[in-house]
Amino acid sequence: MKDQPYLETSPKVSDEVKQTTCYMCACRCGINVHLKDGKVAYIEGNKDHPVNQGVLCAKGSAGIMQVNAPSRLESPMMRVGPRGSGEFKKISWDEALNLAVEWLKPLRKKAPEKLAFFTGRDQSQSFTSYFAQMFGTPNYAAHGGFCSVNMATAGIYTMGGAFWEFGQPDWDYTKLFILFGVAEDHDSNPIKMGIGKIKERGAKIVGVNPIRTGYNAVADEWLGVTPGTDGLLILSLINVLIKAGKIDLEYLAKYTNAPVFIDPGTGLILKDKSEKPLVKDRITGKVCAFDTKGIYPDLNATYRVRGATSTTVFHEIIKKYISSEYDPEKVASVCGISAQKIRALANEIAKVAFEEEFELPIEWTDFRGEKHTSMKGRPVSFHSMRGISAHSNGFQTCRALHILQILLGTVEVPGGFRFKPPYPKPSSIHPKPHFKVTPDAPLDGPHLGFVHGPEDLALDENGKPVRIDKAFSWENPMSAHGLMHMVISNAYAGDPYKIDTLFMYMANMSWNSSMNTSGVMKMLTDKDEKGDYVIPRIIYSDAYSSEMVAYADLILPDTTYLERHDCISLLDRPISEADGAADAIRWPVIEPDRDVRGFQSVLVDLGARLDLPGFINEDGSAKYKDYADYIINHLRKPDIGPLAGFRGDGSAVGRGSVNPKQLESYIENGGFYVAHIPEEAKYFKPWNNAYQNWAVELGLYDTPTPYIFNLYSEPMRKFQLAAEGFGEHQPPDHLRDQLKAVMSPLPIWYSNEGSIEEDSEYPIHALTQRPMAMYHSWGSQNAWLRQIHGLNPLYVPTKIMREHNLKTGDWVKLSSTHNTIIVPVAEMASLNENTVWTWNAIGKRKGAWALDPDAPEATKGFLLNHLIHELQPSKGDGLRWSNSDPVTGQAAWFDLKVKLEKTTAPKESQPNFGEIKSPVGTGPKNISWKVRN
Amino acid sequence: MHPAPSVIIFTTLSGLGFGLLAFLCLGYPSAGGIVGFIFFAVGFTLAIGGLLSSTFHLGHPERAIKAFSQWKSSWLSREAWLSLFALALSGIYALGRIFFDIDLAIIGFLSAFFCVATVFATSMIYAQLKTVPRWNSRITPITFLTFSIAGGALLAGQISMALPLLALSGVIQIVSWISGDKAFAKSGTNLATATRLTSNSNEIRSFESPHTGTNYLLQEFAYRVGRKHGAKLRIIGIILAFGMPIIFLSIPFSHLIALLAVISHIVGIFVIRWLFFAQAEHVVGLYYGKR
Amino acid sequence: MTLLPEKTEKKLGLVIDLDTCVGCHACVVSCKGWNTENYGAPLSDENAFGANPVGSFLNRIHSYEVSPADKPAHLVHFPKSCLHCENAPCVTVCPTGASYKRVEDGIVLVNESDCIGCGLCAWACPYGAREMDPVEKVMKKCTLCVDRIYNENLPEEDQVPSCVRTCPAGARHFGDLGDPNSDVSILVEERGGTDLMPEQGTLPVNKYLPPRPKNQMDDTDILAPYLEPIADEPDGFFKWLDKTLDGI
Repeated sequence: MKDQPYLETSPKVSDEVKQTTCYMCACRCGINVHLKDGKVAYIEGNKDHPVNQGVLCAKGSAGIMQVNAPSRLESPMMRVGPRGSGEFKKISWDEALNLAVEWLKPLRKKAPEKLAFFTGRDQSQSFTSYFAQMFGTPNYAAHGGFCSVNMATAGIYTMGGAFWEFGQPDWDYTKLFILFGVAEDHDSNPIKMGIGKIKERGAKIVGVNPIRTGYNAVADEWLGVTPGTDGLLILSLINVLIKAGKIDLEYLAKYTNAPVFIDPGTGLILKDKSEKPLVKDRITGKVCAFDTKGIYPDLNATYRVRGATSTTVFHEIIKKYISSEYDPEKVASVCGISAQKIRALANEIAKVAFEEEFELPIEWTDFRGEKHTSMKGRPVSFHSMRGISAHSNGFQTCRALHILQILLGTVEVPGGFRFKPPYPKPSSIHPKPHFKVTPDAPLDGPHLGFVHGPEDLALDENGKPVRIDKAFSWENPMSAHGLMHMVISNAYAGDPYKIDTLFMYMANMSWNSSMNTSGVMKMLTDKDEKGDYVIPRIIYSDAYSSEMVAYADLILPDTTYLERHDCISLLDRPISEADGAADAIRWPVIEPDRDVRGFQSVLVDLGARLDLPGFINEDGSAKYKDYADYIINHLRKPDIGPLAGFRGDGSAVGRGSVNPKQLESYIENGGFYVAHIPEEAKYFKPWNNAYQNWAVELGLYDTPTPYIFNLYSEPMRKFQLAAEGFGEHQPPDHLRDQLKAVMSPLPIWYSNEGSIEEDSEYPIHALTQRPMAMYHSWGSQNAWLRQIHGLNPLYVPTKIMREHNLKTGDWVKLSSTHNTIIVPVAEMASLNENTVWTWNAIGKRKGAWALDPDAPEATKGFLLNHLIHELQPSKGDGLRWSNSDPVTGQAAWFDLKVKLEKTTAPKESQPNFGEIKSPVGTGPKNISWKVRN
Repeated sequence: MHPAPSVIIFTTLSGLGFGLLAFLCLGYPSAGGIVGFIFFAVGFTLAIGGLLSSTFHLGHPERAIKAFSQWKSSWLSREAWLSLFALALSGIYALGRIFFDIDLAIIGFLSAFFCVATVFATSMIYAQLKTVPRWNSRITPITFLTFSIAGGALLAGQISMALPLLALSGVIQIVSWISGDKAFAKSGTNLATATRLTSNSNEIRSFESPHTGTNYLLQEFAYRVGRKHGAKLRIIGIILAFGMPIIFLSIPFSHLIALLAVISHIVGIFVIRWLFFAQAEHVVGLYYGKR
Repeated sequence: MTLLPEKTEKKLGLVIDLDTCVGCHACVVSCKGWNTENYGAPLSDENAFGANPVGSFLNRIHSYEVSPADKPAHLVHFPKSCLHCENAPCVTVCPTGASYKRVEDGIVLVNESDCIGCGLCAWACPYGAREMDPVEKVMKKCTLCVDRIYNENLPEEDQVPSCVRTCPAGARHFGDLGDPNSDVSILVEERGGTDLMPEQGTLPVNKYLPPRPKNQMDDTDILAPYLEPIADEPDGFFKWLDKTLDGI
């Protein structure tokens, strides 16, 4: 009875497929863009791509709605109404660029620091920073400072890399995967793929997070930790593991600074003449440099030096962490986790790390010349990003997590954590910060880097911060990613100085990318006594009609990600995986149908118009036609350019001369290039000769650079020492106590609650996370994605719901010391009982993103940002302390504490700001189309 | 379920219309000429008007003819055929009555049969749905049929038959509410069987809907009537549909009173039908935490 | 033809692993993308940028909070699309024959050119698997990507439904559940795959693998066998250390 209609089961899929790199978030997956009739018809993951291996997340598949979004800006614009009104007139690119030159040229001549150039979700930082460097301003950074700088910096200082773009769990072998902090986190597809992979093998997943959503929802075990106490929990795990002797002594002796001697006088590392840390060889008893061939460094050594006894870092670690201060029973109530559960987790870690140890039959040779017949694995791995970073104790907490991994011997071993090239890369071979300003000349080097002591701080001769964001100052010495979140408030306050032009890219500072959003709007629109704007000029580049557009004077409209060139470079934040170094490109798979230009090409043009070195030839003509031309022809060092693949005649990798056909080769290869790591170099990379040599060959290192992990951080001790009054570079007195405390060279935990007393009137922790379907995306107005998350309730734990007699759908007044918002609530049981949270960046300003002003994003959605101030509440000491980590300046978003009170439902969530005039109108009512061919 | 006006009008009017036609075709009353014409006109108007109204909720009414094809399995298709037979046969019967004053008794009998069968088919469209436990019961066709017959008797002016039928319909409706209120729980479908995540449906609740906005399913199925509001409407429905007409018919006859009885009955049936939809819960609501 | 086939040659369907689904909505949007561009009318969106956007989606991810009496509460992400039931009530109620179940593989489809948009099939489906397109006004449902799984224009490894191909966590599996030896059947057997609403008598082909037991660690012996103490102050530790290092 085959009475069925005829069905074509092999329809033509598309006319052609173009492979490029996704930009719906920071994950940078490979995509196949199916085109019909030259138009984007369908987007899927690229099977051959190292990042996503064919899979693609919700954002990636919704790219077609991003490329066709009605919120796309259409042409350059100049502000005609007051700032914040959204009134613009369209101008030509020539007018726009001439205006920019008119504003910027005089600045460069006299005072390049008057330009503050900050880029948000920029994936071309090695290029944008190069522009800023050539311009000569010290004021450049991207968004790391309000994202996850604590994690990155703590990782690099400790072991030469952190999570996400620095490294990943060994998904093939790990048996216990422990996830700390925000769930829907960076590296979104690879983590999901990894979770799927290890679940298939029956590996266990533990989630340590106040909120049990997303990855924590599929975790086998859940520890609903109190926000900001992860560090204490980790130190307690370390305490229990040390007492049980469940740490990897051989690993610690050979690959870390545990056996290194500490100068009993200064607390600095004892070194030989060539600045190499000293250890005692357990075999011969001789004290020698750590990397001496054939030695077995002794963890338990002592050394008489200058009449005092020097002990090892390991001694300090044991003495510090065996202390009963970290007993599970002592920390349980602070962490909100029972002592038994802490022990149970430690027990699980000990079991898997030491009872399930295994070996891969791969021979390798370490930097001391020791030949190993196999690679020993400890299948415990960790991942963490913003959840534990975005606290004022985040740096030390991240350090603690890295130290826990190292004590277990699970870093760079099979089953543990693995670096992705160009990492491992110790802080010592990263640049130091550069900030020397010379009018009419480039800066003396790259802006961002790693300080190794007070002498590296970006201070002028009077000890005043040189950078507008006060990065690398005594307030936050190790601010390796800058402090984008402080730029506007500092510029507004003229502290440390006034600026002239604020130039921003893809950074929604007047909305979800700022703390104290309404304050920032005021700073951007406030005028001085002469009637001029306090921040005189604002240039902004964005592809979409975001909330920030209305606050700029000049708009340089960017393209969408399918209409542009980009390079995801090994010089910057590449797409490497643990098994290979990889970089990628974007290229225009469609042409823009509007008068817009890729921002990087605009910078290339602007650089030439401003006669910036590096952007012009000797005869003054433009050096590069556009960004694509730069990608191919720019050389950062001899034979090393933005892209590592297909150099020279097309066969050279890493090092090689310029290949004019390089982009074509990338396109042919699917938009990316992978250089695979040889088998014997895949693990133990920091100490593995095979890896070191491979990395030099590829151009990742200049010379082999084996190093040992810094359980004990000497740079931190140097700052502490200065705070104690030693040395020529001295901090201001009001910062001494803070520095003495927080710059501890071994991880510590201190309360993140600042001046807010424990039993204060703000007893509830308030957090945000972004939903997976919008994580790190610039496209929540997307027609498809906004249906999934078009509004955000405040999730409230059952206990608080009952206490306040609340039902899902009721409204509450939510207050912090800074502000009050009125928002809808929803009940959640799988949540730390003193924590509320919401999805971040769903709330939109009326008139932005081409949405109808009645869109739920504007009427019910809300931001917690209104409750957070960039400064902490007054402590009564006459100072306003920054609401950030005192080590790195990382914005402490997650330190927020609130109280709530039931209230009657307002018409719309509060605060509600007026509608801004949309420069692009509102989107069409219905969408119902197919690309037909 | 969303109480769409088109389906409420359809079931109310066509039920009455076919009920009236059934009586007319059986010769109650056996009026011909202009009186017969008026009676039949009312019957056809209600029946056809109801059927036409039902097409308003179609996404593609221009394809409605295709609905005749699946009579083997689909009650909706059967209803289409049965209504066609009912209308055609009662049309022939009516022609005989009005213009030739003849009583085509066999055709009349068949017409009445098809009229009642049409109402039965309509009721089975709802009664067959296991997904709506309140409807998925023998009592659904019984209420539809008694309403149709009682209403038909009322419209046909068959007071002696209408009085007991109206009373019976009222009683059946009350019984159907009582059993219907327990139907969902009795069906055995709950969030535990819907998700199989636990055996105890008290341990599970919907946390977030798939999308923060609404969708077709929620618009169509997730309608809610307040308990108090529903109880009030039930009383109003019973009084208007059955109580008032019985009172009106019990007092001395006048055309005005009869008209009032009919209007009251129709309004009452509208209310009851509105409740029939509005109080019916679809099991899909479980997935959305709407129950 | 709205009579159900007595038997289908295969029972193609999905097996969804609730232990692994992280609730990322990747499958939802990939499905929307493929099926907008392929089978039948596009999946449209009404009020796409307005106050009340309503689009048709063939696959949606619910989430449920399970609060067992003796364990902490947890969330389960719950993808749901057409289950391609053997005894599909949506097919038999269709008055026009637009709804049908394919004899060769059991896929339930809507032949859109026959669909009058009466909505009765959606009423008959207990799972909410059918949605009337708000603009096109025909019934839309999961086609199991019938235009992918046999599509000779796609490489063989891509001949799977788009939701399966895109799922980052690998929580979606596609295959013949009529063949007891197929990978999906074995998975269902091993992991105790279940039917949704079995009491409805629909005999769904798609199966759901339940989450594995959670919070087992809470039952760890209070003595924590792998944490046998060796010292609880530094001196004791260093003595143990010396002994141990001698052994290395």
